[in-house]
Amino acid sequence: MQFNIEINDQQVSAKRGETIKNVLDRIGIHVPTLCYMQGFSPTGGCRMCVVEVEGISELVPSCAHLVTEWMKIKTHSPRVIKARKVLVELLLASHPDDCLYCERTGTCGLQDLAFEMNITERKHHIKRQQIQVDKSCSSIIRDPAKCVLCGRCIRVCDEVIGVSAIDVVGRGSDSRIGTSYNRGLNVQTCVKCGQCIMVCPTAALSEKPGFQHVLDALNNPDLYPVVLFSPTIPASIAEAFNIKASRDILNLLRAALKKMGFNQVFDASMAGDLAIMEEAAEFIDRFNKRENLPMFTSCCPSWVRYVEECRPRLLPNLSTTGSPQQLMGRLTKNYITSSASQKPENVFVVSVMPCTAKKHEAAGDRMKDGKSFNVDAVITTRELVKMIKFLGIDISSLEPEPSDSAFSMRSSSGNLFGISGGHLEGLMRTIHFMMTGVEMSSIKISELRGLKNKKEARVKAGKNLFNIAAVSGLANAKILLDEIEAGRADFQIVEVMACPNGCINGGGQTLGADEKELKIRMKALYDVDDEEIIKVAHKNPIIVDLYDKFLAKPGSGHNMELLHVSRTSTDGK
Amino acid sequence: MKIHSFMKEILEKILARHPMNKKDSLLPILQEVQKANGYLTEDLLSEVGRYLGMPVNKVYGVAAFYDQFRFTPQGLCHIRICQGTACHLFGSSSFLGELEKQLKVKAGGISRDKKFSLEIVNCMGACESAPVLRVNDTFYPHLTPEELSRIIHNLKEKTE
Repeated sequence: MQFNIEINDQQVSAKRGETIKNVLDRIGIHVPTLCYMQGFSPTGGCRMCVVEVEGISELVPSCAHLVTEWMKIKTHSPRVIKARKVLVELLLASHPDDCLYCERTGTCGLQDLAFEMNITERKHHIKRQQIQVDKSCSSIIRDPAKCVLCGRCIRVCDEVIGVSAIDVVGRGSDSRIGTSYNRGLNVQTCVKCGQCIMVCPTAALSEKPGFQHVLDALNNPDLYPVVLFSPTIPASIAEAFNIKASRDILNLLRAALKKMGFNQVFDASMAGDLAIMEEAAEFIDRFNKRENLPMFTSCCPSWVRYVEECRPRLLPNLSTTGSPQQLMGRLTKNYITSSASQKPENVFVVSVMPCTAKKHEAAGDRMKDGKSFNVDAVITTRELVKMIKFLGIDISSLEPEPSDSAFSMRSSSGNLFGISGGHLEGLMRTIHFMMTGVEMSSIKISELRGLKNKKEARVKAGKNLFNIAAVSGLANAKILLDEIEAGRADFQIVEVMACPNGCINGGGQTLGADEKELKIRMKALYDVDDEEIIKVAHKNPIIVDLYDKFLAKPGSGHNMELLHVSRTSTDGK
Repeated sequence: MKIHSFMKEILEKILARHPMNKKDSLLPILQEVQKANGYLTEDLLSEVGRYLGMPVNKVYGVAAFYDQFRFTPQGLCHIRICQGTACHLFGSSSFLGELEKQLKVKAGGISRDKKFSLEIVNCMGACESAPVLRVNDTFYPHLTPEELSRIIHNLKEKTE
């Protein structure tokens, strides 16, 4: 139902069921917010978006208050502005003054608010109870001193990821955000996805830095640093440096990484191809025996951790293939040890990932080969951007560097790993070929594409019809898992990615991306699929060569030792 | 630390008393569990969370909101001293210091021999008898320094 309301003495039409903030957004009036997140249930906790409504004595939060007929609203009256200003001043009262040294300077929601409210001095000083910085987790660091208790991280953890690893603990001025019994973030339920970092307005949450570790390795003459990067990185770097995302960006990125001092640069898409080969063989084996179906993909470390910790009954259904990062780390280490005649302990493999959970995966590597790690350090997209700037590399003026290293051939299937549904699409292409001996008639599975949280498709391979699904956002996966555990059996393969829409929206990506940017990142991956000549993993000449010379047939022999992980719950059950 | 089989049985009985396993039952369940166990352990909270379909962090979040829930064990003698306005005016903070010194226990903690635990409460609802002290279920109204040293002496003797 349409009706009129009055905003700042202007007649505006509104619909029943809209919040005041919805209307304000539509007509272009900006009210500051801190706890508000689009698409989430409003909490009205920060009170920053308050407005004055005639007839209501107290100020109302516009994000949670519904419009009613003939409502008269003032969004920037002196009373409203004073209230907002006091709120920001109170938040600043106990906030550290170290903005100059803070990593979120420039991207901080609180800083923006202070600027917007024209706050030029510190009005109040409150000494807040000192709580230690939580460094227990190998991916995420929490600094409670910088927390403004907006609760965004809690809502993301509840509503998108569905693991509820954190909550408000305590009451009143003692409230803080934490885990049960102050265990620190290294609790079993936290899957390290980093989505909380993406929504944190301040520097209360950040990734565990790998910056200095990598820098030291680059400057250490005894080490032989090499780097591998995820398929999503080129588009994200293009975005961060305002370069047009084209085919060239891949070579520009290679050039930049070489300039940083890495001896060799590898595209981890090739490991995606390898994972597809192994997973396809694994699936066909399971399908023939009709056991452990549906098979779940295992490329997302947050998802793997979730199954290990929260759904150990489903562990046998998880593919045993290592994640592309683990496979690529292992391959590069072995390859460089043999080709560049370096000692394994001197090879330093850095991996650039759009993900914080990969840090956890690399640090607690189950595929660890004796003493040496497969990947020695993981940095996120954000850290790479910082590093490129730190080392004074002007990426736009570099000469694009074509690939020279081994493993540089990739199929576009391996490249599609960056988006939810992409891994499954590539996997089906190879499964179809392995089962029937011919390629799929249409290589594109359009049902698996686009920005959706749950995508289902039916793929015919010979006389078999496969029901497959790709789910992103762990909370959505939980719904499907409940159905599967309750007996739903019509799926053969399910791909799960913890972050909504997959790695393009990972917890290590550039902060503050909206749907438009996600679409650009997604398009970059699909464009590669359109342009690349080799579109299927089993046609990648390097993969063919690897299987010819070094590896046994997919899914058999010593491949199991080299490329697979045993799936056991971490508490030994 | 796992749940003792004895406690497990009690827990099952408590949970059975709340058959609807609705989240509304969380507070009564926590109160009953604390009454039976003396304090709330992480394993107990996990079990309660599992029964109600709530993540353990949420259960802890709720429990930590209320002063009535304890997360550390109680001593043989659990001493509560009131620090409300009336008791404070009658000098209860000096009694608190004396208790901490004599019984070798910090406020909110438990002594090393697990005999005494000390808790500060904000009001016992007995302001007319201020200052008030409570040891397990016994109240000591109108506390004086002499009375306090007698109580401490008795407690020490009783727990020898």
